[in-house]
Amino acid sequence: MTYIAKPKFQHPGIKKNALGYSHRDYEGKISTLCAGCGHDSITASIIEACFELSIEPHRVAKISGIGCSSKTPDYFLGNSHGFNTVHGRMPSVLTGANLANRELIYLGVSGDGDSASIGFGQFAHAIRRGVNMTYIVENNGVYGLTKGQFSATADRGSKSKKGVTNTDNPIDLVGIALQLGATYVARSFSGDKKQLVPIIEGAIRHKGAAFIDVISPCIAFNNHAGSTKSFDYVREHNDAVNRLDVLTGRDPIEIDQDPGTVQIVEQHDGSRLALRKIDADYDPHDRLGAMTFLQKHAAQGQIVTGLLYVDPEADDLHSHLNTVERPLNRLGAADLCPGQSVLDKINASLR
Amino acid sequence: MSQQAPLSSVNDFVVRFANVNGSGSASANELFARAVLRHGVPVSPRNIFPSNIQGLPTWYEVRVTEAGHLGARGGGTDLMVAMNPQTWDNDVAGIVPGGYLFYDSTKPMPSSKFRDDVTVIGVPLTAITNSTYSDPRQRQLFKNIIYLGALSALLDMDPKLIEQLIGEQYKGKEKLLSSNVHALHLGRDWALQNLKCPIGLRIRKADKVGDRIFIEGNNAAALGAVYGGATVCAWYPITPSSSLAEAFTNHCKKLRHDPDTGRAKYAIVQAEDELASIGMVVGASWNGARAFTTTSGPGVSLMTEFIGLSYFAEIPAVIMNVQRAGPSTGMPTRTQQCDLIACAYASHGDTKHVLLFPEDPAEAFEFAAAAFDLAERLQTTIFLMLDLDIGMNQRLCRPLKWDDAKQYDRGKVMTADMLEEGRDFGRYLDVDGDGIPFRTYPGTHPTKGSYFTRGTSRDRYARYSEEGAVYADNVQRLLRKFQTAQDMVPRPLQANAAKPTKYGVIYFGSTAPAMDEAIGLLEARGHQLDRLRIRAFPFHSSVASFIAEHDFVYVVEQNRDAQLRQLIVNENGIDPVRLVPILHYDGTPITAQFIAASIGTHQDQIKVTPLRKAVS
Repeated sequence: MTYIAKPKFQHPGIKKNALGYSHRDYEGKISTLCAGCGHDSITASIIEACFELSIEPHRVAKISGIGCSSKTPDYFLGNSHGFNTVHGRMPSVLTGANLANRELIYLGVSGDGDSASIGFGQFAHAIRRGVNMTYIVENNGVYGLTKGQFSATADRGSKSKKGVTNTDNPIDLVGIALQLGATYVARSFSGDKKQLVPIIEGAIRHKGAAFIDVISPCIAFNNHAGSTKSFDYVREHNDAVNRLDVLTGRDPIEIDQDPGTVQIVEQHDGSRLALRKIDADYDPHDRLGAMTFLQKHAAQGQIVTGLLYVDPEADDLHSHLNTVERPLNRLGAADLCPGQSVLDKINASLR
Repeated sequence: MSQQAPLSSVNDFVVRFANVNGSGSASANELFARAVLRHGVPVSPRNIFPSNIQGLPTWYEVRVTEAGHLGARGGGTDLMVAMNPQTWDNDVAGIVPGGYLFYDSTKPMPSSKFRDDVTVIGVPLTAITNSTYSDPRQRQLFKNIIYLGALSALLDMDPKLIEQLIGEQYKGKEKLLSSNVHALHLGRDWALQNLKCPIGLRIRKADKVGDRIFIEGNNAAALGAVYGGATVCAWYPITPSSSLAEAFTNHCKKLRHDPDTGRAKYAIVQAEDELASIGMVVGASWNGARAFTTTSGPGVSLMTEFIGLSYFAEIPAVIMNVQRAGPSTGMPTRTQQCDLIACAYASHGDTKHVLLFPEDPAEAFEFAAAAFDLAERLQTTIFLMLDLDIGMNQRLCRPLKWDDAKQYDRGKVMTADMLEEGRDFGRYLDVDGDGIPFRTYPGTHPTKGSYFTRGTSRDRYARYSEEGAVYADNVQRLLRKFQTAQDMVPRPLQANAAKPTKYGVIYFGSTAPAMDEAIGLLEARGHQLDRLRIRAFPFHSSVASFIAEHDFVYVVEQNRDAQLRQLIVNENGIDPVRLVPILHYDGTPITAQFIAASIGTHQDQIKVTPLRKAVS
């Protein structure tokens, strides 16, 4: 729903990445979300991450459900195929797309209504299957497009803009993702681009189910006093466990801080995640520890952000299914059809 | 003993096995059916089973039919093999007068439990097995083979043909082979020594099977998916469709692994529900793979939102719907043709979908493969409309055939080269006047050909639009596309009566064998009917002309609400008075006797007062 065309002009001195693309090549249409929406910051972080990783924009498939968050794939990677599917069903469509062509990068964009309510089942099952994807939930605790109803991630006791208090318990998608076996689990805040961009980069480089919960205040319906997803609330209650740098092949490893607080994690594709640890006790390889840490801090009213868990040796649905390297969508009759001679034998066995 | 003489028939009778579910009887019963086939005599078997796993009654009915009538015969059982005490009374009552009752006579039964107008054949099966085997499992399994052996003597079958079948089944497993053959002869020898063999019902060698094969429709459709190039299958278990996905899995394991690397050229996912299975199919097809799901009525209900997306966003999808009796959970293990309306117009808003109606496993194979070409050519959902009767029963049909020269029709896909040449790409642009636009696969070209797929309204270049004219332009093109489909789907097959007639009959799917047989019965009553077997929706123009050429046309189907008739009336603007519904919907397969009786009654009335004269 874009009414204004973006100018194609680029400054001649604009920064280019390894492929010669500028960040403008990763942009999409102009956002139609409310000015100041947290989701637009996430869009900017996705653009930044793809630019930094020198991804060919058209090799990304952007798949979303329905809702404010699910509209955002139109606002980044304009040369990628996008698919705005059915409410709550992004995970199944993404799974099918991934099965058809394992070579593309799959970016699933969803919201808290889309993933924690109507699509809770699909969210859970895509995670437990280990689909190789970056699954981002733009979490504002509220239904924006239908004007401000609570979603299932809204905290108990939080107040809606109309003054209604939520009496239902919240679903913590990060906790669920950890339990279901996601191999890369992170939480961030739309207002913290420094933390979010490397988290997205690490997720894209991760081979397996990567889940990122991004708290993204809804400036129209969930940014008031009494809301637990407002900018002020999140800033006050944020407890970051680490800061992340993603090091690709061309980057030298720089350890610019106290070496004792930096941990390097090497993923399957050779990329390295440098974790600058803020909480010295935090071990991102300990799934059980991560779950306990999360629960403890939640009980204290704190929102833990950072890379909470990563399994650098993760594998994905394709390895579970032992599929061929060549994408299934490129196999033809010669690969797939056994022919009449085999059918003759089958016929003979049926007499 | 009553006056009723024992039945006497060669190669034309019905045997019904009454068993306990989970007792291992299925393979012995199938062995019986195949043994009859090896005599060159056609059979038509049917599983009749409840929605349970173990302990409840199950029946296997074998129609022995040298004449080749493959529909259910109906009208009772000629030889009842009563192995289930739980259903004894009903089973005994279901025997035709003069028929035969075969039972396990180990324990004496009161005479009140028998009928005096049937021939009772007692074989002490439990006593024989208990004296031969000590292992309880063996006792159970071999009891089935022992009754098969006894039946072979009673029906004058050639034991060598059965031994040959057992030999094929247990090839390389010599121990199992010899013990099964031994059990067969235990039963056979006991019968020969203690009973008057053969009885009035006999199997005599004939040459009526030819090169035909014996296969379940679900298995044939699964092979069709393999041959049709399906690479992604996402499904959720539901009777009676589960065996289709399982058969696809088995065929792929044998036929679709790379010989060098051992890796799979397919991906099968058992989804969490039907919403996810159709979602995966849509995602995979959007991304250029041939994908399908298998389901039944309740699954179709759940899938409808995605089916609307497939229709409106124009994404190929193949849904194999093995129909069962509805509505709601209905009768999960009983057959009906009851999802025509649900599938033809599935989803909210104005939608229409392509349906294919195979009559038997051979067509299930062909149509399953064709469904993938059609889905990609038409970029929409294609339903393969099977039913439990075709899907879960072995049916004699012509051998499966494949043309090795055939290439898959991948439809209108714009490649990177075409985009590079400067071809105008509008995702929803009707470039050829057939209503079918070009699509691109994700990842095709760095700067050209990408688009945003959505279920919301959009213009010819896939740009979001809520303008009335733009919306109307798009949905009118979808109608044009549906018209294009008419000439692509399998055409109806017409067979005219020997003499010119004013009356016709339309039928489809699993009704075909009963209809073919009914024609003979009706001719014997002096009724001539031209036949049209519909094989797909949208209807080819020959459907309307067939109706126009006849005063009255009977529409025979297996549902309560005359769904095919509704579709014909609705889509072709036919005066409903001209289409006489003949409806069978109790969950059992339709029979020739039912069709002949229903049509015969109508025809007799027409002969008395033709409607034309009555109203003029």
